[in-house]
Amino acid sequence: MNRPKKRPHVIVVGGGLAGLSAAFRLVEKGMEVTIVSVTNCKRSHSVCAQGGINAAVNIMGEDDSPLIHAYDTIKGGDFLANQPPVVEMCYAAPSIIYLLDRMGCPFNRTTEGNLDFRRFGGTLYNRTAFCGASTGQQLLYALDEQVRRFEAEGHVKKMEHHEFLRLILDEEGKTRGIVYLDLFNLSLGTLKADAVVIATGGPGLIFKKSTNSTFCTGAANGRLYLQGMWYANGEFIQIHPTAIPGKDKLRLMSESARGEGGRIWVPGDSSKRIKAPSGEEIPCGVTGEPWYFLEELYPAFGNLVPRDIAAREVLKVCELGLGVDGKMQVYLDLSHLPKEKLDKLKAILEIYEKFTGEDPKKVPMRIFPAVHYSMGGGWVDWPAADDPDRATRFRQMTNLPGCFNIGESDYQYHGANRLGANSLLSCIFSGLVAGNDVPKYLETVHPLKEAEEKKVFSHHLEIEEKKKRDLFAQEGSENVYALHNELSDWMVDNVTVKRSNEKLEKTYNKILELLDRMDRVSLADKGQFANQSFIFANQFRPMLHLALVMTRGALLRNEFRGAHFKEGYPERDDVNFLKTTIASYDPATGEPVITYQAVDTRHFDPELRDYSKAKKVKPTIKNLPPKMELPL
Amino acid sequence: MKYTLKVFRGTPGKQYWEEFDLPYTDGDNIISALQEIALNPVNNKGEKVAPVVYESGCLEEVCGSCSMLINGRPRQACTALIKKLIDESGSTTITLAPFTKYPLVRDLIIDRSSMFENLKKVRAWVDLDQGIDRGPGPKIFPKLQQIRYALSTCMSCGCCVEGCPQVNDRSKFMGPAAISQARLFNLHPVGKEDKETRNHVLMGEEGIGGCGNAQNCVRVCPKEIPLTDSIAAAGRDTTIQAVKDLFGQEG
Repeated sequence: MNRPKKRPHVIVVGGGLAGLSAAFRLVEKGMEVTIVSVTNCKRSHSVCAQGGINAAVNIMGEDDSPLIHAYDTIKGGDFLANQPPVVEMCYAAPSIIYLLDRMGCPFNRTTEGNLDFRRFGGTLYNRTAFCGASTGQQLLYALDEQVRRFEAEGHVKKMEHHEFLRLILDEEGKTRGIVYLDLFNLSLGTLKADAVVIATGGPGLIFKKSTNSTFCTGAANGRLYLQGMWYANGEFIQIHPTAIPGKDKLRLMSESARGEGGRIWVPGDSSKRIKAPSGEEIPCGVTGEPWYFLEELYPAFGNLVPRDIAAREVLKVCELGLGVDGKMQVYLDLSHLPKEKLDKLKAILEIYEKFTGEDPKKVPMRIFPAVHYSMGGGWVDWPAADDPDRATRFRQMTNLPGCFNIGESDYQYHGANRLGANSLLSCIFSGLVAGNDVPKYLETVHPLKEAEEKKVFSHHLEIEEKKKRDLFAQEGSENVYALHNELSDWMVDNVTVKRSNEKLEKTYNKILELLDRMDRVSLADKGQFANQSFIFANQFRPMLHLALVMTRGALLRNEFRGAHFKEGYPERDDVNFLKTTIASYDPATGEPVITYQAVDTRHFDPELRDYSKAKKVKPTIKNLPPKMELPL
Repeated sequence: MKYTLKVFRGTPGKQYWEEFDLPYTDGDNIISALQEIALNPVNNKGEKVAPVVYESGCLEEVCGSCSMLINGRPRQACTALIKKLIDESGSTTITLAPFTKYPLVRDLIIDRSSMFENLKKVRAWVDLDQGIDRGPGPKIFPKLQQIRYALSTCMSCGCCVEGCPQVNDRSKFMGPAAISQARLFNLHPVGKEDKETRNHVLMGEEGIGGCGNAQNCVRVCPKEIPLTDSIAAAGRDTTIQAVKDLFGQEG
């Protein structure tokens, strides 16, 4: 009698857009999936993405194409991204939008009932599909619904309110499962799988106040890095130019506000001067009149220049003393927009009003840049479709065999700066790709012998058990939340918009000091149930290690590229730094070792990033594989 | 200005009130107040205590994590501004308590798994053939999209369930959120193929028979979702379904 073949089991860590996309595809490929997530999948940080998702569907009659989308993305990232994955992502984008449309995601529509598209930063085309101003929430829900369908069918198990602590690696270094923590009863456990997909989002909490959700600690990637995973391009942190300042969080004010016609300004002061991109010094507008500085400095892209540029100009203008009421804030003005445009932005306008008490339909909003996104993340492999070794390598797999990494927690799609509305796309795309490549990897893995399995599982479990015991037993005068505040103050001041080697050096030493002081943290809560002091303290050490990675990467990169801008290095340096930064953990010193990998520029030659001219270019692409390997 | 957070905390069977005095700074909300407590967890008797535990996520009212009873009202903690709460109540003491219609975990954390189980019961999804490239989905006109989008902003926060007097130990009523999600998918050109199944669930003991029309749900919904409209629509649909079932007609 033929027994039905047992479906292989795969663990997906993280239930946001990337994790759910991977789970969806893995089930379609015949796998059984367990999703381990610190929160309910439906509450994942993807809900915070507001403005939209890019796809060059070209139904707006603009002659747009996936090729131009790829070019815009690579140029927006200042040529740091490896090009093959970006090109394939952009070619897959239209079918990804259609898939989500078929899932029932309530995209905005044209009067004829077709998908509507808006314009976003760093492009001259209307290629951003959207659901009001809560697109991430709606895309996440659409995938959450599909995964729930599979859950009802018995192919997906969700372990929500459980945290990934550690990869279980066998003696050959292959992935065999994970150690997890139950966030309610604090018990530790192990789960078996020969492939684990990490989809744990960004590390915004390292900066404490960012646009990220409270569970975006980066701890999972930090833990993997401590286990030997390479962490790539950590120094590239995106600062979003427009956020609402707040005490607990900096709330995002979507780029779509500008995409729909919102204008950034400060009261002009003709006695002051600013350097334009041409190098020429120009007056800061006219005294007594609004000065739309982005429109004047970048006439072609205006308020829709890429985020790194907008954030730097906002900061520069504020440092010149031109900030509204002398504070570090500028106006984002929507008060002139017609009702139908304001209706499309309802979700974010309500949020502004709820937190500030002011109606942005009537008065300009006050906004300031905030830490938003990490371009860097776990290093992952990408054999291109026509690479001779394509069949023996696996896309989205880290250097730890069997451990995949996707979504914001990988490094692969955005180079030195991410374009707006590309993150939702890269989450879904990388999730689907991992869903395709994980089964291929599993075919190459042999099961572990029972004795060895028992040994490695208990070994890894004991490491985490001991960490837990030690943390509870620790005594000292330090409070982990106070250490977090210290870390974030240093990181926000020195590892964001403006960097200098002197300050980066000091910050690096400060983080080492914080690591040392972690040994003297005593938990304010010694309880064994839903103890958030323990949970956070347990995350904080890997967060500190990632902070070291970011700071060291920034210190060694002596150039200006995308989001990385440093005093004394005003130019991009392709000779020395057209390279991916790779950080690996050195257990001997407890510090990162930085090496570099050449960037794959096989499709487009690097050129200077210029946003001052209004020209729709028709880029040419080289070496396009005759047959791309799109996941849809 | 000083104010007091009075928190109903503890574990199942061992709940108690504890007060924390806090200095007010501009822009404070319930989340920043709870963060302040974690930095210096001392109650108003000067005792060092465990920080209050609570769920949080986006802090901009799109994730549904930080639901709790604030001055007795179910809502999200992130949008609850201290100044506004004091102005509204005229008191500088603000009470926080966990929801009562879900199993308590600890302090302000409750287990809302039932919200997600209910979504399975009403089959809150479109029955997709396969995740392959089939071109765009069916055309949907802006008017329908707007209704579906409004319904689809439900973040399963549980406020409507907490506020509903009909959800209690004596009833199996699933509450407004899941019923509204049934309507969301009944309105989709493909999703509506499952309408009959959904109708039968809503005709059951957990379904709309449980609604007593108190209308608390729409009053407490942070996203202003037209929940009572959804319940009314479910009422019409199930009535028609009952007639169809009686006469054995197709779909």
